[in-house]
Amino acid sequence: MSIFVDKNTKVVVIGLTGKAGSFHAAQCKAYGTQIVAGVTPGKGGIIHDGIPVFNTVHEAVKETGADCALIFVPPPGAADAIVGSADAGVPFIVAITEGIPVLDMVWARKEVDARGAILLGPNCPGIVTPGECKIGIAPGFIHKRGKVGIVSRSGTLTYEAVYQTTQLGLGQSTAVGIGGDPVHGLNHVDVLKRFNADPETEGIVLIGEIGGPDEQNAAKYIKEHVKKPVVAFIAGAAAPKGKRMGHAGAIVEGKSGTAQAKKEALKAAGAIVAETAADIGPLIKKALG
Amino acid sequence: MKLLEHEAKAVLRKSGMAVPTGKVVVSPDEVAPALAELGLTEAVLKAQVFTGGRGKAGGVKLFSGAAEGAEIVKKLIGATLVTHQTGPAGEKVGSLLLESKTAIAREIYCSILLDREANSPVLVLSAEGGMEIEEIAETQPEKILKMYPPVGHDLWSFQVLRACGFLNITGETAKEFATVLNQLWKVYQQYDASLLEINPLVIDKDDHVVLLDCKFIVDDNAEYRQKGLGDADADKTAAEIESAKYGLSYVSLDGTVGCMVNGAGLAMATLDLIASVGLMPANFLDVGGSANEDAVTKAFEIVLSDSKVEVILVNIFGGIMKCDIIAQGVINAARKLGVKVPIVVRLQGTNVEQGKKLLAESGLALITADGLDDAAKKVAEAAKGVAK
Repeated sequence: MSIFVDKNTKVVVIGLTGKAGSFHAAQCKAYGTQIVAGVTPGKGGIIHDGIPVFNTVHEAVKETGADCALIFVPPPGAADAIVGSADAGVPFIVAITEGIPVLDMVWARKEVDARGAILLGPNCPGIVTPGECKIGIAPGFIHKRGKVGIVSRSGTLTYEAVYQTTQLGLGQSTAVGIGGDPVHGLNHVDVLKRFNADPETEGIVLIGEIGGPDEQNAAKYIKEHVKKPVVAFIAGAAAPKGKRMGHAGAIVEGKSGTAQAKKEALKAAGAIVAETAADIGPLIKKALG
Repeated sequence: MKLLEHEAKAVLRKSGMAVPTGKVVVSPDEVAPALAELGLTEAVLKAQVFTGGRGKAGGVKLFSGAAEGAEIVKKLIGATLVTHQTGPAGEKVGSLLLESKTAIAREIYCSILLDREANSPVLVLSAEGGMEIEEIAETQPEKILKMYPPVGHDLWSFQVLRACGFLNITGETAKEFATVLNQLWKVYQQYDASLLEINPLVIDKDDHVVLLDCKFIVDDNAEYRQKGLGDADADKTAAEIESAKYGLSYVSLDGTVGCMVNGAGLAMATLDLIASVGLMPANFLDVGGSANEDAVTKAFEIVLSDSKVEVILVNIFGGIMKCDIIAQGVINAARKLGVKVPIVVRLQGTNVEQGKKLLAESGLALITADGLDDAAKKVAEAAKGVAK
């Protein structure tokens, strides 16, 4: 069983006619994802790479029944696109855009929550259920359907974990990148809950990084609810305090945001902590026997 | 982007808040005219640095008369302040803020920052002004009041009442304090702050509210709509400024292993990997997913020209980024600047075969690695070779 999305998911790409939107929509489509519509204000009515384009998400949903929005809109308009998708009744929204002002996201997150939609990202690689659909920018070919659920704050580390589990013959049930921004939608716990309930997922890889409370909350949830083996990796132990390490959310402010504090919390919760990213695959393989 | 105290206070003053009168000085001769202009005989000189803890490090001095003031300026300009936040390298003082003295009756801590747990900005208040808030939060959490101000609106009246009650502020001062809280909240939103900290917020001997010190950090993601506030490059190194022009994310560090990686998470994990074999990274460098050949070339030039680098690790997991673009960038930069240190290259993902082929045919002496473990091992071996 996949989580959040599957082969029946119908995707509308917001910002379809831009460079990134165009390229990745084609990649997703080639992977087998149902890309049913695009939205670019002012370009409604055209067909772009075989995909019908609408002026608003509302029109796209009405005409195509899209139930997932994939957002490539540049930062100044991205929050608007997120809220617009939620307002049009899209239940699952994936925001790829990197660099959205934090206050825009504070506001957008409240609006999305009020409309009952689920947001993945922003500043994330998206979600892949191998063999069914790829919604986002992850390289499809490294995936293989299997038994490990992967949830990560980082794009490239998601790929690393996917690649390692594919190489070791384990494969993935679903790989979810929750994104590197301080204010985002789905967090580790939300995704853990789904993996925990999913019979196909036998083991979980959780990848976090410095900054924020997400991993501590995940540790608490794992301790109380998760019986499946969890391998955790936290990036940024060697990062200096107070410096932003690429991701807007990756900055150590207080003690709880350090890699050390997160690792300790996860260890105490019964998770297996990988000291380097190279250990992720071997450890989950060992845990799954 | 961090603002210096005087830049932050200019914003507060423009927004109608009471800050001490002051003037920036950079040389001893400017003290006398500044005192005359402000109508002062005694004042305080404050080093304009980004670090906290400058008072304890000798960066804040009271003085009386232009001669004494000039002496202080002479000593402090160009000096390096070492505080518990700067590390041993310290921070150089480029300018001083000459400011009127404030007759302090009470000191209050006040800040607005992002609460990541609540996905909302939070207003933090404490009667323990002037103290380190992290310390109070840990040892006496009951002395801190946290409230979530409504986005796009003034504080709720009940929030203002709670704040005044908690801090025991009454009468006309309470009205003034309420106005200041709303002004700060407005400034936080208007200028895309990620931190706006007033420590201390002072109630002076005449019962007026004065904002004595200010830390102001602007959300980097919002810089495109917050131009002209401060110098975005002031707290960055030359390499950091140069790389930002190419859309690269670069942070200077103190070690000897240079690295070039794609993706912030993998870049952090690469620093950890380097540390796991007992070495220290010289930089954090995320070339991102969409960098073109020019940007990658530039990125590698920056790593190659860092004089403290003894070994380089290129660690790429091509997703959006294609391995052949990375390979070409590495080759271009190496041909231009020459290669004086061992370079370990690990390529994986999109177009990996094309990338490997380019590197193999380039004639450059590169050490190729297969996985992360192998890369770490080869970096450690190469570093040993250099040490000999």
